[in-house]
Amino acid sequence: MSDRLAVAKTYKLYLGGKFPRSESGRTYQVRDSRGTFLANAAQASRKDVRDAVVAARKAFGGWSGATAYNRGQVLYRVAELLEGRREQFIAEVAASEGGQAKRAQAVVDAAIDRWVWYAGWTDKIATVLGAANPVAGPYFSFSVPEPTGVVGICAPQSSSLLGLVSVLAPVIASGNTAVLLTSQDRPLPAITLSEVLATSDVPGGVVNILTGRTAELAPWLAAHADVNALDLTGAPKDTIADLEEAAAGTVKRVLAVRGNEPDWTKQPDVSRLRRFLETKTVWHPMGV
Amino acid sequence: MNWEYAPAPESRAIANLKPNYQMFVDGQFVDGGGEPLKSINPATEEVLAEVATANAEDVDRAVKAARRAYDKVWGKMPGAERAKYIFRIARMIAERSRELAVLESLDNGKPIKESRDSDVPIAAAHFFYHAGWADKLDYAGYGPDPKPLGVAGQVIPWNFPLLMAAWKLAPALACGNTVVLKPAETTPLTALVLAEIIRDADLPPGVVNILPGAGDVGATLTTHPGIDKVAFTGSTEVGKLIQRSLAGTGRKLTLELGGKAANIVFDDAPLDQAVEGIVNGIFFNQGHVCCAGSRLLVQESVADEVLEKLRHRVSTLRVGDPLDKNTDVGAINSAEQLAKIRELSASGEEEGAERWTSPCPLPDKGFFFAPTVFSQVSQSMRIAREEIFGPVLSVLTFRTPDEAVAKANNTPYGLSAGIWTDKGSRILWMANKMRAGVVWANTFNRFDPTAPFGGYQESGFGREGGRAGLEAYLDV
Repeated sequence: MSDRLAVAKTYKLYLGGKFPRSESGRTYQVRDSRGTFLANAAQASRKDVRDAVVAARKAFGGWSGATAYNRGQVLYRVAELLEGRREQFIAEVAASEGGQAKRAQAVVDAAIDRWVWYAGWTDKIATVLGAANPVAGPYFSFSVPEPTGVVGICAPQSSSLLGLVSVLAPVIASGNTAVLLTSQDRPLPAITLSEVLATSDVPGGVVNILTGRTAELAPWLAAHADVNALDLTGAPKDTIADLEEAAAGTVKRVLAVRGNEPDWTKQPDVSRLRRFLETKTVWHPMGV
Repeated sequence: MNWEYAPAPESRAIANLKPNYQMFVDGQFVDGGGEPLKSINPATEEVLAEVATANAEDVDRAVKAARRAYDKVWGKMPGAERAKYIFRIARMIAERSRELAVLESLDNGKPIKESRDSDVPIAAAHFFYHAGWADKLDYAGYGPDPKPLGVAGQVIPWNFPLLMAAWKLAPALACGNTVVLKPAETTPLTALVLAEIIRDADLPPGVVNILPGAGDVGATLTTHPGIDKVAFTGSTEVGKLIQRSLAGTGRKLTLELGGKAANIVFDDAPLDQAVEGIVNGIFFNQGHVCCAGSRLLVQESVADEVLEKLRHRVSTLRVGDPLDKNTDVGAINSAEQLAKIRELSASGEEEGAERWTSPCPLPDKGFFFAPTVFSQVSQSMRIAREEIFGPVLSVLTFRTPDEAVAKANNTPYGLSAGIWTDKGSRILWMANKMRAGVVWANTFNRFDPTAPFGGYQESGFGREGGRAGLEAYLDV
């Protein structure tokens, strides 16, 4: 055994590809499932939310304009990096969620596999959800799914990694960019994911990860005019109605999960991909 | 030979206009508890008919009837049987198409050539198309055996009264839902003839209920606790109110709202053809079209030439009697809408845009507005930002494709866009860059039940038509 003192880590936000502290200077204590101190996390502010939306909007053109093949490769590369951090994720999931080591292992494996599953969707979405429209006239008409834009995500509060991956991957796979509020009390796997993303080929700003108080930050996301859609999966239940009301101010698309947090171990379908897509129909006359 | 203009009016008698129209609830035509409204002919300002309206109890009764019909009959009916009912409706609309077209033009003010060639045939096509889906939903891409939602509350606008009813009813019924529909206050008549068709097609009572009334009836309907799904087409302002009122209810909502579409003309476009498209884009249906090409973006090098051709062409448009088969632009739907168009047009002049108005003669009575083109428009002007919903075009210019994209997308709306160019690769590049739900290239204002229609951003969410449109009425 070494008596060396470990280097403790400062946990920060992930914003526009960089790791700033909260502009507010605030932090909050993160504790494990038994209440033991784990770390101080940055407590993001309204200003951080707004900066994150700016970063996400700036990244949208490049990410949505990348080829689906390229997005697939970039996201698959993230899975490779997740695999490399497997032990760290297992430790953090176990600390955050409690339970036995075997369960944490299974959760991390499922999360990596889920990321791979969504990485493979990027270049299939248009085939599955698009269409050639057999219109009654001399026109060629086709419909393609396109990303909605900037998506604000309240990540699940309980499932700190598998749930996180299950909400984030479908949003960015189709070309959206994201501002994600982590699980308030279990943010460590999300912070590690931000380190994975920062060293991957996902351009800065595509995913912005904020730790802090969900109930404090979510209203700013919900009311922000440059956010196009909201995933309220991890929003506190008693705030969903207010968040949906704020979202109506700019006709945001809202995915709200009522009732308990979903069982993330279940194999997903395309519905989470579909929720953050628009259908664009293009017409052109046919003739000689 | 005398080439003087001679009117060719369609006979008003074909509309079978009745002095009174009742609501349609639970398979019966009944009087409503609300104050009856008088639907007027906007071309003459004469009262066409008195129409029953619903009060809150009527809404409740209709929702309960729809629930019973859903639980007992429609929700569990095999899709193949539902399909046959919907096919019947499609056929019966076609059989009564002439009557519906004349009635639509009387009540709405739109030219008979449009109600006859667009509204009514596309309405029939929507029922015909969706009928076929009723027993094929397993193949729609929403997993095996997708379920309906239940009772849908639907509120539709006055610009395409029958067509919007068809867009709403056909997919709802095909997916196995029952419906309470509120037509617009100023244009309830064709929806009530559609109710007759639905009755004559022997649809089980309560599957479709139609309640005329004003906005208060719509609000009562969309917030009624017995409703599982709300579909609204109308202004962004009201759409936001509805979305807000449904916050926290978990009720499925689709919105098809306003627009401020850019119609983009490049210097290599066939200009004569483009001018026809510009005219169709903004003067079709008096510009009462949510996807109207109300912002013309023309490349600077051809701007003068396009404007000259456009003014010449617009000055030949015949404005007047909607029932005259020669009429190009009919009546503005209501005095209220006419006032709004006048107010926004006045703001264009005040803000410094150059106004040109067609010298066409206008009828002495009725709500008419001469086709108007504003040039020297800048992006900050109200006429470049706000939906006018009338025959008023704002012309802006651009130099490069990037500038065209930036200006086109510089709006909170995102319903449609038009592109005019001879270059195929540019069409596809532009179509890709438009943040809009429908992009017409070298054409404009094309609609088809197989082609999904709907907006990005504040133009709403959800689609109507195609496989994508079924999602709005399925529990998926």
